[in-house]
Amino acid sequence: MRNLIFAALVSIFSVFSTLAIAAGPSSKLDTVDIDLTDKASLQRGAHTFVNYCLSCHGASLMRYNRMAKDLGLTDDQVTENLMFATDKIGDTMQIAMRAEDAKRWFGVVPPDLSVIARARGTNWLYTYLRTFYLDESRPMGTNNLAFKDVGMPHVLWEQQGYQAIDEDGHLSVEQEGALTPRQYDMMSRDLVNFLAYISEPSKLQRLALGKWVLLYLAIFFVIALALKKAYWKDVH
Amino acid sequence: MSMMDWIDARFPATKMWKEHLSEYYAPKNFNFWYYFGSLALLILVLQIVTGIFLTMNYKPDAELAFASVEYIMRDVEWGWLIRYLHSTGASAFFVVIYLHMFRGLMYGSYKQPRELIWIFGMLLYVVLMAEAFMGYLLPWGQMSYWGAQVIISLFGALPVIGEDLALWIRGDYVVADATLNRFFAMHVIALPIVLLGLVAAHILALHEVGSNNPDGVEIKKNKDANGKPVDGIPFHPYYTVKDLVGVVVFLFIFSLVLFYMPEFGGWFLEKDNFIPADPLKTPEHIVPLWYFTPFYAILRAVPDKLFGVIAMGLAIVVLFLLPWLDRSRTRSIRYRGPYFRIALVVFVISFLALGYLGTQPATFLYTLMAQIFTVLYFAFFLLMPIYTKFDKDKPVPERVTTK
Repeated sequence: MRNLIFAALVSIFSVFSTLAIAAGPSSKLDTVDIDLTDKASLQRGAHTFVNYCLSCHGASLMRYNRMAKDLGLTDDQVTENLMFATDKIGDTMQIAMRAEDAKRWFGVVPPDLSVIARARGTNWLYTYLRTFYLDESRPMGTNNLAFKDVGMPHVLWEQQGYQAIDEDGHLSVEQEGALTPRQYDMMSRDLVNFLAYISEPSKLQRLALGKWVLLYLAIFFVIALALKKAYWKDVH
Repeated sequence: MSMMDWIDARFPATKMWKEHLSEYYAPKNFNFWYYFGSLALLILVLQIVTGIFLTMNYKPDAELAFASVEYIMRDVEWGWLIRYLHSTGASAFFVVIYLHMFRGLMYGSYKQPRELIWIFGMLLYVVLMAEAFMGYLLPWGQMSYWGAQVIISLFGALPVIGEDLALWIRGDYVVADATLNRFFAMHVIALPIVLLGLVAAHILALHEVGSNNPDGVEIKKNKDANGKPVDGIPFHPYYTVKDLVGVVVFLFIFSLVLFYMPEFGGWFLEKDNFIPADPLKTPEHIVPLWYFTPFYAILRAVPDKLFGVIAMGLAIVVLFLLPWLDRSRTRSIRYRGPYFRIALVVFVISFLALGYLGTQPATFLYTLMAQIFTVLYFAFFLLMPIYTKFDKDKPVPERVTTK
């Protein structure tokens, strides 16, 4: 009987998993390989973030001093190099722009980026940062492959330059930027890495603790099983 | 006079200890499926304890709720662990409860004289669904908000009173601050009290009639000279030490999820719920939590909204009627005839399939499949009086069997 049930379950799951794959998302995203333990990358990402994002987008759930601690920086280093909107190291990453002004300028209030990496996923963010292209029909002159008709202008144009789109949807360099494509990819990766970090600052702590909890439970299992066997010796 | 005598003269401590643990005789042949009752109790305690600590920092206010959850995740010491324990615990609760209920189906644990255990259990299941539904609104993300909006609007489909009822539940014309506040009150105090009361009733009823077992044999029929069931063993220490092994294995799997994949691929924590609730922006694809999806699929399978809601309600109601729909005298699937076995396999497949379909967009093919599985779901219950009556059950042994 048990085999019959299992066979039935296995077959139904395999049918459905095939269906699920077939019905997957149609738009393809570039994949990015981030590393939360790479502090140099996170520091570069933080630099990009505070210089280019943090005037319109806040990260109002993230504190500067928490970032300093996690990224291996001193409070003074953060205060001098990465903190422009406040002078209190315990503050969160707020912006001064008012929502109604933002609405008037961009047609939309730029979202807070504290947990954007958990909402959108890192691959989406990486694709988004790299696929701005020239589009005369848009108020800002640019459009985006990952986010159609996005209100945000191509903020990093000085670094990436501008790309044009052909009829097949392929992007090509129209105007070169200060960085090579390879360098711009690295810059985007560092920024995505940083966004992933601020979306869950305790993630590294979580992964590190997990090992010890599992090890503890594995040892406890041996003891618990021995205890059970000792007590159950006389049950036949 | 010892301390214990002093207490026992005033409070039945030793008597209760004996009745429910050291002299509660449970069948000695419990198998894998019998771990899930004690595990459900463990998760209940876990949810209450973590819930208390979450309540200390959570703000039930539409302006503050989303940020307060992230405050717990970032600024509260060990807050991330407490929050993940609670969010993973919610899904684990349903995994364990579904397996626990399936155990009851397989071994006929709902049958005479255990009908009330089953009824109390079903009430627990319904209250637990309400508890989970209301708890899911509290993070105030997009999926919290729109999930609640969709489910509450179902009440609006009822004739005459529908719209007023939905309005009364929400406390506003849309899901809003008033809704969040009342759901918080229900989630942290009202429903947990009901849950605890029902758990007490569930266990008291169980201990009154005694546990069923994988053979479906009544162990009280075979007693020794002292009046102890020969196939029974005291719950403590035998099953306390055995369940401890189950607890460790469960916690291992639970920790794997909690520490390495707390979102569980978007099933336990959905992506859209990391976007704060926005009443003006409907998400493309509103999916209820995974443990509601079988019923959601039944709702959508019926073309008419009112009849869909009725079908969804009946899908739960028929479960309550199980003890009276089953006409067989044999409890355990081990000795049941082919009709019931086939019916149970079809039911399990239908339930899982509906659960999957409830997560998918309602395309023509998927809706058709949902309709077929809905019919099969109900057929399991409605045809049960017939196929269990004419089934060719095998003889049940006098004593429980062990490997």
